[in-house]
Amino acid sequence: MSATQVIKVVVGRGIPVRGEDIDTDRIIPARYLRVVSFEGIEAHVFEDDRAEVKGAHPFDDPRFQGASILVVNRNFGCGSSREHAPQAIARWGVRVIVGESFSDIFFGNSGVIGLPCVTAPKVDVERLQTALEQDPAAEVRVDLEAMTCTWPGGSCAITMPAAVRDAFVTGAWDTTGMLLDKFDEVRAVAARLPYVSGFAG
Amino acid sequence: MGQTLLQKVWALHTVRQLQTGQTQLFVGLHLVHEVTSPQAFDALRERGWTVAFPNRTFATVDHIVPTTARQRPFLDVMAEGMMSALERNCRDFGVSLWNLGHANQGIVHVIGPEMGLTQPGMTIACGDSHTSTHGAFGAIAFGIGTSQVRDVLATQCLAIEPLKVRRIRVTGRLSAGVYAKDVVLAIIRKLGVRGGVGYAYEFAGEVIERMSMDERMTICNMAIEGGARVGYVNPDETTFAYMKGRPFVPQGAAFDRACAWWKSLASDADAAYDDDIEIDGNELTPVVTWGTNPGQAIGVAEHVPSPDAQAASERAGVADALEYMGFTAGAPIAGTKVDVAFIGSCTNARLSDLREAAKVVKGRHVASHVQALVVPGSEGVRAAAEKEGLHEIFRAAGFEWREAGCSMCLGMNPDKLDGRQMCASSSNRNFKGRQGSPTGRTLLMSPAMVAAAAITGAVVDVRGMVQA
Repeated sequence: MSATQVIKVVVGRGIPVRGEDIDTDRIIPARYLRVVSFEGIEAHVFEDDRAEVKGAHPFDDPRFQGASILVVNRNFGCGSSREHAPQAIARWGVRVIVGESFSDIFFGNSGVIGLPCVTAPKVDVERLQTALEQDPAAEVRVDLEAMTCTWPGGSCAITMPAAVRDAFVTGAWDTTGMLLDKFDEVRAVAARLPYVSGFAG
Repeated sequence: MGQTLLQKVWALHTVRQLQTGQTQLFVGLHLVHEVTSPQAFDALRERGWTVAFPNRTFATVDHIVPTTARQRPFLDVMAEGMMSALERNCRDFGVSLWNLGHANQGIVHVIGPEMGLTQPGMTIACGDSHTSTHGAFGAIAFGIGTSQVRDVLATQCLAIEPLKVRRIRVTGRLSAGVYAKDVVLAIIRKLGVRGGVGYAYEFAGEVIERMSMDERMTICNMAIEGGARVGYVNPDETTFAYMKGRPFVPQGAAFDRACAWWKSLASDADAAYDDDIEIDGNELTPVVTWGTNPGQAIGVAEHVPSPDAQAASERAGVADALEYMGFTAGAPIAGTKVDVAFIGSCTNARLSDLREAAKVVKGRHVASHVQALVVPGSEGVRAAAEKEGLHEIFRAAGFEWREAGCSMCLGMNPDKLDGRQMCASSSNRNFKGRQGSPTGRTLLMSPAMVAAAAITGAVVDVRGMVQA
């Protein structure tokens, strides 16, 4: 995806993955990190969890194939900083994640690849998960301008730090571009730090 | 009103505020390893960018490397591909690489401090969540993902959200046989695996102040397991004594100037904290995890909890963890039979860890059904341990003595659990499948406790096995 893409509204089917503290080792087991490219990594998303429940995992459920809105519970993406986790989810087809909360590193790793993570209260997340389990064909709409999530028979407010939201809706989430801009200021900061010059007197 | 170390270091490294609400933060030290960097270097190549500050960027290999047969090419062609990619990337972009066979090779979070690259007051980034380890020196150290690795390579900067600070004061004194690992597991048990989200943890109090740098690194290493991506300890005389004479640390008058600057960065006595909590170190005992996250931990004399005794929202998670681990609610954790004993990882594979484990092991033998291995955190640690004869103590007891790497912490190299094996491990994560078998089981504990479990063949209180 382009790093200047505007992300305002995601409309699509949802996929609920229930559970607290789902760590990135579970999202993408370490053995699939022995790669030099992210290409094809989505084939192994949640692989061991899927095997553990012998196909009863939402990512194996035919009714949820093609979904683009992942709905999760608390502290999603905790543990390892592997970007392979949001990469696998995004490349599988997810374009926004609605959750009760996210680990700090996962939230950042997702944002930088254009995968917004928005939060909603527990009661709403659970209502949405239940609605999707009952009707996987339901159309869900996540609106980053109105900061709402709506689905047939329900809706809720979603939250995200305002500046992060603004970056998505204006397409200004290309961090490398921003960081490279005004590089003289970076050099100035480096020059002021005593350790950069080895504490030369 | 005074400031915390985090506030001071943050301000010193701030380039500007970005429109994303994040801070553009200069990164003083970028550590690179083979697993999270290839896509980042490729992104630089695609765009024709260079590494902005190659002299502030250092690479090593740790995650995928075998700890036994290290001849190239590796048998694992994918691992070999990652090795050659890193070698080519470091060559093409002018980055120093401490490769296999080099005396400085080792786990990235062990060699940074060992070489004196890690210094107080720095900002440090590495594509690994256990980068929090470096906070033991009073650095602010971030685990990052691959796109951020790309950003740091290209710009020496991170776009990052500001953090709140929670001070955790550990008061009193630890009793014999209770280690830094027990302290941090007890902290995570108390605050939970998500308690630290949005926070940096400042570890303070008499127990932390009395700790060696190795012990402080164990504590900060696992800040991320409590949800805090940053953990730190204020630099003090213990820190400065550790720094002195290390290869990348200035000497003479420059060292004195460095110490003065480092000292000035410690949190002020009247600093305000977003949260402040106290833990009584006198009451701590050896801790063992029973579940599938590091917060699911109990004292070695305690019993595995029952789902019914939990808050409603935690019940399902506890029941699932018990089922995965094969534990019965209410059963004692002591006596749990183990198949594998692993002493290693960025959490607990430094010289002092190996010394403590060796004290338990000396003159004893590993139980016949247990595979036991010691994997030093770096080639430097290995050499120092061998000089003291620790390898002979371990070998005589039936342990395997390996070469440096991440090994069985994470299932990315040949060292893995097999099937449902139960592993007493000095590593940092007991997640499902973490140690390389999708059904493998991990019991986190201190290196001394792992040694005791290896000898006994089951979880046991190490305090009964060490002479005062």
